[in-house]
Amino acid sequence: MSVLVIAEHNNATLNSVTASVVAAAVQLDADIHVLIAGSDCSAAATAAGQYQGVSRVLVADNTAYANQLPEAVAPLVSSIAADYTAILAAAGTTGKNLMPRLAALLDAGQISDIVAIEAQDTFIRPIYAGNALATVKTSDPVKILTVRTSAFEPVGNGNNPDQMALDTVISQNKSQFISENLSTSERPELASASIVVSGGRGLGSAENFQLLERIADKLGAAIGASRAAVDAGFVGNDLQVGQTGKIVAPELYIAVGISGAIQHLAGMKDSKVIVAINSDADAPIFQVADYGLVADLFQVLPELESLL
Amino acid sequence: MKILVPVKRVVDANVKVRVSADKSSIDLSNVKMAMNPFCEIAVEEAVRLKEQGVATEIVAVTVGEEKSQEQLRTAMALGADRSIWVEQTGFVEPLAVAKLLKAVVDRESPDLIILGKQSIDGDNNQVGQMLAALCDMPQGTFAFRLSIENGRALVSREVDGGEQVVSLSLPAVVTTDLRLNEPRYAKLPDIMKAKKKPLDKITPAELGVIVSSSMTTIAVHEPPGRKAGIIVGSTGELVDKLRNEAKVIP
Ligand SMILES: Cc1cc2nc3c(=O)[nH]c(=O)nc-3n(C[C@H](O)[C@H](O)[C@H](O)COP(=O)(O)OP(=O)(O)OC[C@H]3O[C@@H](n4cnc5c(N)ncnc54)[C@H](O)[C@@H]3O)c2cc1C
Repeated sequence: MSVLVIAEHNNATLNSVTASVVAAAVQLDADIHVLIAGSDCSAAATAAGQYQGVSRVLVADNTAYANQLPEAVAPLVSSIAADYTAILAAAGTTGKNLMPRLAALLDAGQISDIVAIEAQDTFIRPIYAGNALATVKTSDPVKILTVRTSAFEPVGNGNNPDQMALDTVISQNKSQFISENLSTSERPELASASIVVSGGRGLGSAENFQLLERIADKLGAAIGASRAAVDAGFVGNDLQVGQTGKIVAPELYIAVGISGAIQHLAGMKDSKVIVAINSDADAPIFQVADYGLVADLFQVLPELESLL
Repeated sequence: MKILVPVKRVVDANVKVRVSADKSSIDLSNVKMAMNPFCEIAVEEAVRLKEQGVATEIVAVTVGEEKSQEQLRTAMALGADRSIWVEQTGFVEPLAVAKLLKAVVDRESPDLIILGKQSIDGDNNQVGQMLAALCDMPQGTFAFRLSIENGRALVSREVDGGEQVVSLSLPAVVTTDLRLNEPRYAKLPDIMKAKKKPLDKITPAELGVIVSSSMTTIAVHEPPGRKAGIIVGSTGELVDKLRNEAKVIP
């Protein structure tokens, strides 16, 4: 049998998290298929085929899948699910939206956010904002999994598998795509950046985030934020790190003006090196920090910028 | 328009939980419990739709043990008109919850179902999407804005890259994200009034659902701790450590 990876893409380009999902799939089975469901998505399909370990790329190229609405994609995947022992997607908003819908169509459970694979039916996943790790075993014939991509080293390129078209068309109009507003940034993707500079409520305003941006520019880093900073409108929601935002595990995470609530730690405490800059010596962020600096961020950030 | 709001009793968001001594679960004895924060946002959104004259009735529902009735009372204090308690003790996995809710949906025929995107205990983020699939309804997950226009639900969603808007035919399932609204606090007179609002108990058997499970939790562990860090004295020292000790910056 084979395992199926549902690629994350925007028709033109493949999201690099898919390489980490393939890495998880490699641990499950030798025969890996990748599904690209989209419209005019041949470029993404070609890119997916380059991943090492992939034996086949399935392409469902139809306007019905243009916006990859789960109301269309879930029945599509369900129609081929019997061929697979496991179906995996990245645990980002796309996978989280799609996979439970697929699971229910298959009368299967889902294991969310896996961080390790113990056996073909046994997985480790964080619960309670990462305060515990549960080892979960499933008896479902088709395992539906979302993968915490920061926990799996992405596979490399160098492959040329066969491509197969999927002609099944699921038309539906219960859900219609209206619009999308995606932030564009020259900076690396938050979820896969090797350095992340994050700001919290302590930054005080959207303008002050420019102090962080200048540091991020020098380090080639991505910008992140706490929920409080997003709620206050300092930055967009796509920058929130935490239990209910993005999960990151960069080489270096610099938390500035962030107190370190458990919900925030849930999103960054697996970073290799953590730096905390906070004026409150008792802030919980210092408990996970490798290097703490108890100081006013408005003094530290300009100094930091000039020293880098 | 009738709105169904499923809610869940969970550990309070401020509690730091501990793994039980036998490493089989989380120790929940003497721990403060509350309505899941995302469910509060769901209740609030339903109440606002009623205040706007869009909704006429709000029904709260929970699947859980005896004490989960407290969360139904909270929902009614916040503005739900009545509630349904599906009595089920012990852990119920998301697919089983979705099946029980589907049976309630079949009885109640709501036009809209609003529920939290995830509960902060299991962090699964599954029930809303599963329920939508079982009911063959469209889904608007991770909503930060919701309106009913021309008989459809217009849902603005938080997605990884930014925002997306979808239009859903009714009935539909909407799951809430943090920024959909800021829930109100229940006022004392409303808490008193909620005690008199109808709360009906029903069992899975009465709903015709067999609660089954395909998942077994073999063990629960504390995550590996981080080694203790150091406090540096100046920005210069910090940069020096990052450059020469941790070697994470050039
Ligand atoms: C259901 C739920 C989900 C949540 N999900 C998330 C999530 O995904 N991500 C997340 O981040 N949070 C999340 N939260 C919120 C979380 O509980 C905290 O409220 C939030 O992380 C606090 O953000 P903060 O650290 O920026 O703000 P605060 O806690 O207000 O901390 C601000 C910090 O800045 C410091 N500071 C202020 N001024 C200065 C200065 N001049 N120089 C240096 N330091 C300064 C202060 O000492 C303080 O420590 C969630 C909460 C709930 C209930």
